[in-house]
Amino acid sequence: MATANRSKRQDPSSPLDSETLLEMYRQMVLSRTLDERIWMLNRQGKAAIVASSQGHEAGQIGSVYALQRGKDQFYIYYRDLAVMLTLGMTPEEILLGFMAKAGEPLSGARQFPTHGAYLELGIVNQSNVIATHLPQAVGAALAAKMKGEDYIVIVYFGDGATSAGDTHEALNFASLHKLPVIFFCENNKYATSVPQHKQMAVESIASRAEGYAMPGISIDGCDVVAVYEAVSEAAKRARSGMGPTLIEAMVERFLPHTSDDDDSIYRPKGEIEEARKRDPLKALNLSLTSLGILDAETDKQYLDEARSIVNEATDLAEAAPFPDTSDFMEHVYYS
Amino acid sequence: MIRRRCAIAVKNVLEAVHDAMQEEMRRDERVFVLGEDVGRRGGVFLATNGFLDEFGEARVMDTPLAESSIAGVALGAAMHGMRPIAEIQFGDFIWPIFNQIVGEAARVRYGTKGKLSVPMVVRTPHGGGVRGGLYHSQSIEAYFYHTPGLKVVAPATPFDAKGLLKSAIRDDDPVIFLEHKRTYRLVQGEVPDEDYTLPIGKADVKRQGTDVTIVTYGLMVHHCLEAARELEEEGVSCEVVDVRTLRPLDMDTILESVAKTGKALVVHEDNKFGGVGGEIAATISEEGFEFLDGPVTRLAGPEVPAMPYSPLLEDMYMINPAKIAQAIRKLSAY
Ligand SMILES: Cc1ncc(C[n+]2csc(CCOP(=O)(O)OP(=O)(O)O)c2C)c(N)n1
Ligand SMILES: [Mg+2]
Repeated sequence: MATANRSKRQDPSSPLDSETLLEMYRQMVLSRTLDERIWMLNRQGKAAIVASSQGHEAGQIGSVYALQRGKDQFYIYYRDLAVMLTLGMTPEEILLGFMAKAGEPLSGARQFPTHGAYLELGIVNQSNVIATHLPQAVGAALAAKMKGEDYIVIVYFGDGATSAGDTHEALNFASLHKLPVIFFCENNKYATSVPQHKQMAVESIASRAEGYAMPGISIDGCDVVAVYEAVSEAAKRARSGMGPTLIEAMVERFLPHTSDDDDSIYRPKGEIEEARKRDPLKALNLSLTSLGILDAETDKQYLDEARSIVNEATDLAEAAPFPDTSDFMEHVYYS
Repeated sequence: MIRRRCAIAVKNVLEAVHDAMQEEMRRDERVFVLGEDVGRRGGVFLATNGFLDEFGEARVMDTPLAESSIAGVALGAAMHGMRPIAEIQFGDFIWPIFNQIVGEAARVRYGTKGKLSVPMVVRTPHGGGVRGGLYHSQSIEAYFYHTPGLKVVAPATPFDAKGLLKSAIRDDDPVIFLEHKRTYRLVQGEVPDEDYTLPIGKADVKRQGTDVTIVTYGLMVHHCLEAARELEEEGVSCEVVDVRTLRPLDMDTILESVAKTGKALVVHEDNKFGGVGGEIAATISEEGFEFLDGPVTRLAGPEVPAMPYSPLLEDMYMINPAKIAQAIRKLSAY
């Protein structure tokens, strides 16, 4: 499979030029660096909780690149740090959330880190509740159709979320009305401690699409190009009125479910080491290096740059005050 | 006669919940648990820690991530001779079961003229003050206690949690069992090793007093006791009634206390409007009017739809001993 991918990248008709690939890599380095920092802050007692995107980054970054930023709508979930960064949130904004500080742009620190809305970036109402956002994403797509607007919608969710009734209702509704929505499942094969084989009897989440008469594909979610291509194809379908697509991106969860979890209780020994062999950051580094697009110097420059951005963001977020309580009662109703 | 000294251990609320389920599962093969991560993980709070090894996968079921089916499947099994304990990982994620529990389980006995029983328990951690933000802090009791046919239990101490959970499991009606997650590890207390149950629907006077009656439940019991100690120094004697069960509500114990003190303050973390406090206050006014020499007062969560995450905002939401003490001072001045 790796060979097939590589040959695709060397193909001059590949949709991604080397500049874009480098940009994606740079984004991934930043996301990983920030994610690691958040864990450190958690261990220092400065960030109450973190659910990590480590191992999911290629799926997240590749999908955003395939869509129109500033126009398409993104219904994300708590593990989508790299989506948020790629859409244009800054590390400082993210860290303000993790430290629950004033100026946090998504919810004014009313919500858990990464939750809320950032409408300018197309991030709409991220809740903590699994799968509630799938029907909402379908509604957003319905609104596009009703208003005759040409934005499309992508909704991100985990493998566990596919069990929820809301998910099935959303798939059915979207397909029935051929709505411009992409269902993007980040399958890391665990829902907290519950492995996929205890979550569902089917082996492939993509296979569920058949029951709703929509295309479903399973892809290597650690391969940013494969993700880009699959989402581009789904976006083309959505934009041309052909309706939804279900994409199952096979990703890896390198870390416990959240910083509150202890995965040694339930993950077999050696499994994470095995998963780390599919590290999307390493994979992209390797393939860009072998294509001659990335050299060691540029790589180091990206990492240094990411560290200094994250350091500065950390300092700013740490120095920020907590939001005061003056508007505590506000925004319960319109007026 | 040889008096057997019964062993007592100090446990926290979580251990009490764990032990109650474990003992009931050992006692009765029909009892089983189902929920997200209850198996190998032992539950995200470890309430079912070790259960998988002791009872096996058939009785300790990791379910798909779909709350409606957790409750609905439990309901179906309960109507066919099993005694399921359904765990909803956080109270905030309980809403999908509303249809199965409020719409169905509560009405089964009445709707079949007693042909069917629903001996099931839905356990869930509720409440805030844990930096849990919008979706790990909610109070959910008011939505359930409104419904005849359901029992709603909300213990505050390890002793009560164990005795009441055992009763809930043995009860032939559906019980919503609310465990305040802040009490899980924080609150310790003596729990006898021997088998005991506590009656559902019976309040407990946690502190005797003569000037003001404080009626409360859950985490707030502890905050009220702290406030009562503070007021004692100011010469105000408070009686603290822990209702323990929200439905059926033990109005007798509440009224008995109000008859003694003449003043009632109802305290809960949940929003005030439409909350449990409204029912308690209304009943005190209806049935205890002649005892009163001050307004029946409620101290409850503010009228915002969620507990915010950031610390100052969360503190603003939460009822604490200082706020309770202030409310007592105001009331006792009448
Ligand atoms: C409706 C609901 N039930 C339970 C939870 C608690 N919970 C949070 S994340 C999670 C597991 C989600 O797994 P998955 O969908 O595979 O996403 P992943 O975290 O693996 O990316 C659970 C059970 C929740 N947030 N919402
Ligand atoms: Mg998962």
